[in-house]
Amino acid sequence: MSGSHHHDHHDGHHHDHGKPHSHPHSPPAPDDDDGYDRYEVLLQTAIRELLDEKGIISAEDLHRQIDYQDSLTPAIGGKIVAKAWTEPDFKKKLLADPLKAINESFELDITTPLDLVVLENTPQVHNVVVCTLCSCYPRMLLGIPPAWYKSLDYRSRVVNEPRKVLAEFGTVLPDDVEVRVSDSTADLRFLVLPNRPAGTDGMTQVQLAALVSRDSMIGTAVVPAPKK
Amino acid sequence: MNAIPPRTGHALAPGATVRILKQPPEAHCRTPYYLRGAKGEIAEVRGLFRDPSLLAFHKPGLPMRILYRVKFKQVDVWPNYAGSKNDTVVADIYEHWIEAIAGETK
Repeated sequence: MSGSHHHDHHDGHHHDHGKPHSHPHSPPAPDDDDGYDRYEVLLQTAIRELLDEKGIISAEDLHRQIDYQDSLTPAIGGKIVAKAWTEPDFKKKLLADPLKAINESFELDITTPLDLVVLENTPQVHNVVVCTLCSCYPRMLLGIPPAWYKSLDYRSRVVNEPRKVLAEFGTVLPDDVEVRVSDSTADLRFLVLPNRPAGTDGMTQVQLAALVSRDSMIGTAVVPAPKK
Repeated sequence: MNAIPPRTGHALAPGATVRILKQPPEAHCRTPYYLRGAKGEIAEVRGLFRDPSLLAFHKPGLPMRILYRVKFKQVDVWPNYAGSKNDTVVADIYEHWIEAIAGETK
């Protein structure tokens, strides 16, 4: 991201960009042009501009971080799952020290003060993840969480009636399978390692990764067997 | 972080029966309301972390607290739980919210 005041208008109207910019700092955050003058938006803008003016977080830093967050997608998680399905040694390392295993094997440099935990599904245990207190999510592996993950509805119900919520996602599990809800209340972030579906013998890691949905790594879905 | 080992002698062992305290929450409390007073079992010791209820106020977050993963049977958390009796919920709970209680004989 350059510092060249690039405005990303999505509402069709255009300012006159022919003359010098009247406010030489802080390109707007993506939603600024929505015309909101809500308190929270004004507060956010004021803090953002103060951080920029005081040289603590520049507008450029902020936008680089937004670009970085946008670049993270569940595809990273899918590759990790596919590798764990096909390489027992990697799976062992992944479960023991997830971040180290991922960084080493995928030549990534993910750093986080948080602890990453991989929850392995088995024929007896189905894991599903929530953050009842806010919206904690393994963003470094899955990107920005879906809106429903942050909704009060999901957060309050999945700990109380998980099977009903899972059924709404199309996931119905037999009674002898333990539905294990992990509530991400503190400094841990969870990635579910789903069960490898039947009928995938001989598939490559690239083919397998394509089967792995975001929801299967949150635990609201399972990975279905590929259609013949 | 788990690079720092838990304080030997203080840590509850996996399998220990515990109860989550019913106490007034700190301002940035990480113990969810629905688990306060619930009986569970230590599933895992995750190590020492800075106390988030202090970090939230720009304090150093000391003393560091042991973070546990505590597992609860859903039927012990919700009196009217409608799912399977096998179902569980696991939450990350700091040591100062946990008391050890006598376990059931298995």
